[in-house]
Amino acid sequence: MTDITIPFYQYILEGGNGLTPKDDALYSLREDALVRFRSLGLPDLKSEAWRNTNIQRILKEQPFTLRQQAAPVSAAQVAPAFIQGLSCYKAVLVNGHLQPELSQLPDVKGFTITKLSEASKNEAFKSHFDKHPHLADQPFAALNTALFADGLFIELKANTVLDKPLHIVHVYTVSQHAFLQPRHLWVAHTSASATIIESALGLHENAVAFVNSVSEIFLEDNAEIWHYNLQDMSPDSRHIYQTAASQQTYSRYHHYNFTLPHATLVRNNLSVALNGSYTETDLHGLYLATGNQHVDNHTFVDHLQPHCNSNELYKGVLLDNANGVFTGRIHVHQDAQKTNAFQQNNNLLLSEKADINSQPQLEIYADDVKCSHGFTVGQFSEESLFYLRARGIGEEAAKTLLVNAFAFDITDKVHIPALQHHLTEQIRRYVSGVSINN
Amino acid sequence: MLTIKNLHAEVEGKEILKGIDLEIPRGEVHAIMGPNGSGKSSLASVLAGRENYTVTQGEVIFDGKDLLEMSPEDRAREGVFLAFQYPVEIPGVSNLHFLKTALNEIRAYKGLPALEAKEFLKLTKEKQQLVDFNANLMNRSLNEGFSGGEKKRNEIFQLAMLDPKLGILDETDSGLDIDALRIVANGVNKLRSADKSFLVITHYQRLLDYIVPDFVHVLYDGRIVKTGPKELALELEEKGYDWLKETVVHENV
Repeated sequence: MTDITIPFYQYILEGGNGLTPKDDALYSLREDALVRFRSLGLPDLKSEAWRNTNIQRILKEQPFTLRQQAAPVSAAQVAPAFIQGLSCYKAVLVNGHLQPELSQLPDVKGFTITKLSEASKNEAFKSHFDKHPHLADQPFAALNTALFADGLFIELKANTVLDKPLHIVHVYTVSQHAFLQPRHLWVAHTSASATIIESALGLHENAVAFVNSVSEIFLEDNAEIWHYNLQDMSPDSRHIYQTAASQQTYSRYHHYNFTLPHATLVRNNLSVALNGSYTETDLHGLYLATGNQHVDNHTFVDHLQPHCNSNELYKGVLLDNANGVFTGRIHVHQDAQKTNAFQQNNNLLLSEKADINSQPQLEIYADDVKCSHGFTVGQFSEESLFYLRARGIGEEAAKTLLVNAFAFDITDKVHIPALQHHLTEQIRRYVSGVSINN
Repeated sequence: MLTIKNLHAEVEGKEILKGIDLEIPRGEVHAIMGPNGSGKSSLASVLAGRENYTVTQGEVIFDGKDLLEMSPEDRAREGVFLAFQYPVEIPGVSNLHFLKTALNEIRAYKGLPALEAKEFLKLTKEKQQLVDFNANLMNRSLNEGFSGGEKKRNEIFQLAMLDPKLGILDETDSGLDIDALRIVANGVNKLRSADKSFLVITHYQRLLDYIVPDFVHVLYDGRIVKTGPKELALELEEKGYDWLKETVVHENV
């Protein structure tokens, strides 16, 4: 494998032959993806989907190596990533590579969890890998397909129910600035169900990890997935998450996205294709950004079939110099009659220098639908703060109480008490001690 | 208990309180009446520490301490309680959690340990009964969707829970029907004691039929222009405030 230093984007764009692993079963797929990436090009501020996030500037900041062998990681190093009081299975990945010795993988009939690189002969892999329609025009998804190292493959056979949540910890450890590309594929067959929590842990110091991950999630008829994604990386992290779900008839996909301090950049491309009728889709997002964080959420719900319900609520709390971007696209196709599609984005700006750019994009081509969207931006109510203080509650505690109250709509929907407690505590920790002025 | 001397305060550069002198001894109930815009609610706000008011002159001594030096939370912890004219709705904060936080912050300030869950619930139940507060409202978000009467009752319930030395009721009666008014007033009357004082601010004499004050003060244009026994309230109700205006003008001449 060629080790490349920047300007790697130029290298990828202009040269870069021999980047994709030749011995790989996916060689031709990867080569095609590289061609696609080159033709799409690296997005700039003129690209509609990237006009509020200057990704080229961020990529030019450091020379990145494209592949990096991970240093050994000990159980003690990973321990802080686990959630207190949560009874769950555990899968630990280091730079995208599954570490069975650090994991407690489920031994449940009908449940498969392996390295993606070991799944190429699996039927579900063959029929689903890189098949999500929304990935085709995303440059960073193409780049990932071309160059991903490894990731997780999860399959639930029909009627398989995972009895406890699976917590996937993505550990990143780099000794020099690195561009990492994990790739995951989850397939839940008919009537299967699971709760999957993802979180990240950065062990690197003095080196930047740029993570460009892609997760494809397929829910077949009547399958149900509760998917929690906790994004709380160190400042030396930049993250682009592409999460693409596809739902068949009667399936339920519940997505919870929590972006917390301190990664410098977090970009989420979350998209859901509703390929069957009578589906339920919840997209819940909470972003709490501090310092110079830039948090960009792009969501896309593609209503292709009739009688589907999608419900989206994203709430943001922005402090210090943090920037937020929310773009919520809903496309209701002509055939998708009786669609219910709701979207709401509410923001709390707690500093004069913080800002939010929110944009709904509704394209509705069916005539018998219920769709709505809304956007609010506000500050702390001085009156609420005074009310709490007038009851003896200190200023800091009062502010934390109010932020938690604002986030409550989201945290209240977390259906795992230990996780809910963990998140509420995280919010408290990040908000207390930060000076808040209106 | 509370001594106010020559208190001047302004908001946005406009003088609202123009030299207030008031003494409320321990265990007494004092009523402040006055027309709209006379500075009644401003006085309550200044005592509770609302930040958009600037005190330009004078002092307020509460239980031997300089009240004006303290943050709003420290005033509450020292024992000043303001029942708001317009209680705030805070979605996402449960009434119960809010009260527990407030109570324990006040206890911590006094060097007392946090109340155990069991003790807290016992206290809650006892005070709910005392002020006739609907227990179903406890787990709801603070004041969210409460009726006007429920909000005011919640203020009195909080007062009962936090057990201050001085309760300031800022037009607690405004907008209440007679039943709600009776319930609120009964709550206050049950809380009256030899070591608790009240400052009852009201626009209407009606409240003082139920909460009978020891003294009535009339506030006009930022000053207390008349002080008298509880009968003064009746006089005001009969004559309105206009005659005061003339008196004040006359005195100034």
